[in-house]
Amino acid sequence: MIETISFNQEVENLMYAAEGEPLKTCIQCGTCSGTCPVAGYMDYTPRQIIALINEGRKEEVLNSNTFWYCASCYHCTVRCPQEINITGLMYALKRYSIWKGKYQEGLIGPTFSESFVKMIVRTGRSFEPVLAPSYIFSFNMREFLTEITGATGLMLKGRIPLLPPRIKHLDQFRRMLGRIIPVGGLE
Amino acid sequence: MKEFAYFPGCSLEKMALSYHLSTLETTKKLGVKLQELEDWNCCGATAYSSIDELLSYTLTARNLAIAEKTGLPVVAPCSACYKNMYFTADHMKHDPDLAEHVNFALEEDNLHFSGNTTVKHLIDVYVNDIGLEELKSKVTHPLEGVRVAPYYGCQILRPRKDHEDVENPGFFEDLLSAIGAEPVNFPLKMRCCGGSLIISNRTAALSMVRNLLQSALDAKAVVIATSCPMCQLNLEVYQQQVNQEFGTNFSVPVFYFTQLIGLALGIPKKKLGFGKEFVSLSPELAQIAKG
Repeated sequence: MIETISFNQEVENLMYAAEGEPLKTCIQCGTCSGTCPVAGYMDYTPRQIIALINEGRKEEVLNSNTFWYCASCYHCTVRCPQEINITGLMYALKRYSIWKGKYQEGLIGPTFSESFVKMIVRTGRSFEPVLAPSYIFSFNMREFLTEITGATGLMLKGRIPLLPPRIKHLDQFRRMLGRIIPVGGLE
Repeated sequence: MKEFAYFPGCSLEKMALSYHLSTLETTKKLGVKLQELEDWNCCGATAYSSIDELLSYTLTARNLAIAEKTGLPVVAPCSACYKNMYFTADHMKHDPDLAEHVNFALEEDNLHFSGNTTVKHLIDVYVNDIGLEELKSKVTHPLEGVRVAPYYGCQILRPRKDHEDVENPGFFEDLLSAIGAEPVNFPLKMRCCGGSLIISNRTAALSMVRNLLQSALDAKAVVIATSCPMCQLNLEVYQQQVNQEFGTNFSVPVFYFTQLIGLALGIPKKKLGFGKEFVSLSPELAQIAKG
């Protein structure tokens, strides 16, 4: 017989293994939502997201912008009286939605994260200009122009490199990554 | 002489070059030797964890393994790099399964991380390794009367729970006092600058930056001191956009704490990377920098 696992278990399986099964211990106190500096912009607050996961309401969770708006400031995490790693939960949901290829339309977070990782797999180092196409076309005209002006200013101040840096051991580095993820899929 | 392995991270190569330069100048003057890691790679910031957890640990572990070969504690000036290194080292030390898997990948680059390297944020080196008394004794140009907002940001402490006070620490204030400055009571000192939301949710990030700038001004600070390249970028480079968005008129300089230490030690401002900023020195600081 095939055993189906709940959405709650699926998400917990994607959190750092050593933390066990933390979501069921949530007491819905709302400290996380009261602390979160981005809660006002989220479809559901962190407290609501945990409640929805525990209720198995997968579609509502995956279609929300909540976890992609998490800035990883860990303020909720250090305050949670149940010691739930809520920031870790948001990362788990990001991975889940990328894995399923399912996220709210118009969000910049997923494509930006993917471009970032692809860049590192190629060169081992970060190089800002390579990332711009992953988000700049989502901007409206005014934002687009402001961004170009800003980048030009940084360039003039010598704060943006002209050539992409790369590490020396690139071959070994890529073989190393190949033992973790199918590197070919990221090119 | 105190010696550390040094992981500058991608930002310090260009975007935050002034942080790198002022770190090198001030540590040299204070008798600390920094040995840059050989062929380090990007720590991944917040992006790797969004894609694959094991990948994020492996990329950070490569730098830790390179650091471990030196036998020295490793220092990171960027709070995001620091947080990634600190927790990867901690997890690998306490989770043999994770360590085995990551080390299997590291073999491809003839590396191994056993989990024994101490990870420090750069600010810790000044506060605890050099020590505030020692620092104070080297100050030739105290920042007298300069009201500075100590901006801790997030990942310099969070999500660590082993620190004395994760809600209201005081070491940044103590450091500023040691160089003669006047640390102001800055209520939002532990709040987030928005981080990479400046790309993925600009509206939210700009509003977070506005709140921080306003809080610093309400406290009558003339400069904000930071210990993270991402915070510096958001608070300073995007200040003009905040003004456009909210009709405000902010003009608050945001400098790395190492630049302020450098001024107090009498190091010429050019050597500390001044000149790369968009919001210039306040008159108070310009006076000290000239002397």
